[in-house]
Amino acid sequence: MSSFAAASDLRLREVDAPQSEVAHFGADQPLHMDAGVDLSPFTIAYQTYGQLNEAKSNAVLICHALTGDQHVANVHPVTGKAGWWEIMVGPGKPIDTDRYFVICSNVLGGCMGTTGPASINPATGEPWGLDLPVVTIRDMVRAQAMLIDRLGIDQLFCVAGGSMGGMQVLQWAALYPERVFSAMPIAAAARHSSQNIAFHEVGRQAVMADPEWRAGRYFDHGVRPLKGLAVARMAAHITYLSDEALQRKFGRKLQNRATPTFSFDADFQIESYLRHQGSSFVERFDANSYLYVTRAMDYFDLAEDYGSLANAFKGTRTRFCVVSFTSDWLFPTSESRAVVHALNAGGAAVSFVEVDTDKGHDAFLLDEPDLLAATRGFLDSAARARGLMGAR
Amino acid sequence: MSVARVDLVLIAQMVERGARVLDVGCGDGELLHLLAETRDVDARGVELSQRGVNDCVAKGLFVVQGDADTDLSDYPDDAFDYVILSQTLQATRQPRRVLEQMLRIGRRAIVSFPNFGHWRIRWQLATKGRMPVTENLSYSWYDTPNIHFCTIRDFVALTEEIDARIERAVALDSAGQPVGVSAPWWVWNVFGEQAVFVLERGR
Repeated sequence: MSSFAAASDLRLREVDAPQSEVAHFGADQPLHMDAGVDLSPFTIAYQTYGQLNEAKSNAVLICHALTGDQHVANVHPVTGKAGWWEIMVGPGKPIDTDRYFVICSNVLGGCMGTTGPASINPATGEPWGLDLPVVTIRDMVRAQAMLIDRLGIDQLFCVAGGSMGGMQVLQWAALYPERVFSAMPIAAAARHSSQNIAFHEVGRQAVMADPEWRAGRYFDHGVRPLKGLAVARMAAHITYLSDEALQRKFGRKLQNRATPTFSFDADFQIESYLRHQGSSFVERFDANSYLYVTRAMDYFDLAEDYGSLANAFKGTRTRFCVVSFTSDWLFPTSESRAVVHALNAGGAAVSFVEVDTDKGHDAFLLDEPDLLAATRGFLDSAARARGLMGAR
Repeated sequence: MSVARVDLVLIAQMVERGARVLDVGCGDGELLHLLAETRDVDARGVELSQRGVNDCVAKGLFVVQGDADTDLSDYPDDAFDYVILSQTLQATRQPRRVLEQMLRIGRRAIVSFPNFGHWRIRWQLATKGRMPVTENLSYSWYDTPNIHFCTIRDFVALTEEIDARIERAVALDSAGQPVGVSAPWWVWNVFGEQAVFVLERGR
C-alpha cells in the first residue's frame, strides 16, 4: 500500500473514530447554529493535557487555527509529526501542563473527529457533505462551551489561540465574558478583511473547480479533489509567510538543477516547496472541511454582531494579552490595534505586544522569544490573581 | 539612589491604595511594579518603545504600545483614579494637550519633570553659553528626545491656563530631598532639580 493510501486511511479513520477523547451530544443537547438550524446529535473530539485542579480553576482552552486540530502537544495520528504548538504547550512551557489543565477540541466543521462535512450524518448513514449547515466561529465557540460544561468547568482560566484560534478567543470573550478569566488572541482580528475573504475564495474555487469535487459528494464516487485542495493550500501558504522571508529562504534558487528547464516543472525551490506543502496537506485534510472552515472565518465580524467592537467587550473583567507580528500581512498589527483600542474604550485590562519578526503570520507557531516571554508573564500574573497554587 | 528613582518613590506614596492607575511612558515598568507591590493598585501602562512594552508584558504587567501625544484619546472619561506622567512631559510633542487628556481620563494627574530653571542649568547657560548637559539631562542638544523643557514656574503657569488645580507639589533638589515646603515658587524654581505635581480637574 502506498504511503499516500496509508495516510488516507488514517485520515478517514480520524473523521468518525478519532484517536482522541470524544464527547457525544445527544438529542437532548442540540447545538443552536447561526444558520438557523439545531444540530443534533453531534460529536466533539478533543485532547487534554495536565490535571484539572479540585477547584476546577486551572483550565486553559486552546483554540486551533484554520487547518489545525486538537493535537496541540502530542504526535499527530495521521502525519506522525509533533503537535502544532509543542513550543508553547507542555511541561515547563509557557502554557505549562504541570500547572494547568489544557484542553483543545477540534472545531465544528473540522475533519479530525468533531462533526464536520466528512462525518457520517446519523440521519442518513452517509457523510454530511454540503448538507451540513454552514458553520460560524460563534457556532464553534458554542460547541466548545458545551464541551466545557460537560467537563464541569464554570470559568476557564485562559482561552488562547492564533489566527482563526484568535478569532475564537475574541468570540469567547464577547459571548461568554463571565467564563473567561484571561484571553490571548494572537495574530488575530475582529473581522476578516476583504483581501482575506478574497484569498479564501480563491482557495475554495480551486477546490470546487477540481472535477473530482463532484459538487461535494466525492466520497460517493471514491475520489477526492486532491489537485484543487493542494492548489488551495499553496495559495494560502504564501499568505502565511512574508515576502522578506521567502526571498531570504528561497530567493530565485533552482531546485536540484543548474539551469532552468524551459518547461513547467518545478524549476525553482519555492515551487518545489509549495508543491510539497500542497501534497502533504491533502494527506491529512478533507476538501469539504476546507470550504467550511474558510467560510467561518469569512463570516466573522464582531463589530457587526455587537454594533461596535467596543460594545463587544463593554464592562468585561477578562484580562487580555493581544499579540501581533510585524511581518504578518494577513492579520496585520493594525487589526490587533483595533481590538486593543476597543478594549481600552471599555476599560479592560489589556496588554499588547507586537513581536518583531520576519516569519509572517506563521510566526505564532514558531519559536519567537518575545511571544513565549509575553505568554509566560501574562499567565503567571493571571495565575497569581486567580490564586492558583504553584503560581510563581 | 539616583534622583530619577526618588521621584518614583514619591509618586508611589501619592497614590491611594487600591486605585486604578495609568502610567504613561512607563519604560521598563519600574513604577508599575513598585505600585503593584506597595499600593496594591490596578495598574496599566502605555509605552512608546516596543522593546519596553515587551519587557513589561513579560513581567506580567498590563502595558500597551502607544504614544502619549496621540493615544490617550482612546481611553474613556474618568477611566482612572490617577494618570501618571513621570519624566516624560518634556519629550511629548504637545505637552498641553497631553495634560488635558490626562485630566480627562483620570480624576487626578501626577506629573514629574526636570526643572529647566535649576541653578546648575542657569549657571551652565550663563557662564559657558552652551546648552546644559547634566547628569540628569545627559543628551546633547541635537540628539535628545527632550524637546519641550520647562521650568517649575512655566508648569505652574500652564496649570492655570488649562484650569487645573494643584492639589500637591513637591520640588526635589539634586540630592533628592524636598525643597522647603513653604518656600515661594521662585525658590523651588532655582533649587528644584525636578518637581512632582498632583493635579485635579477644574478650579
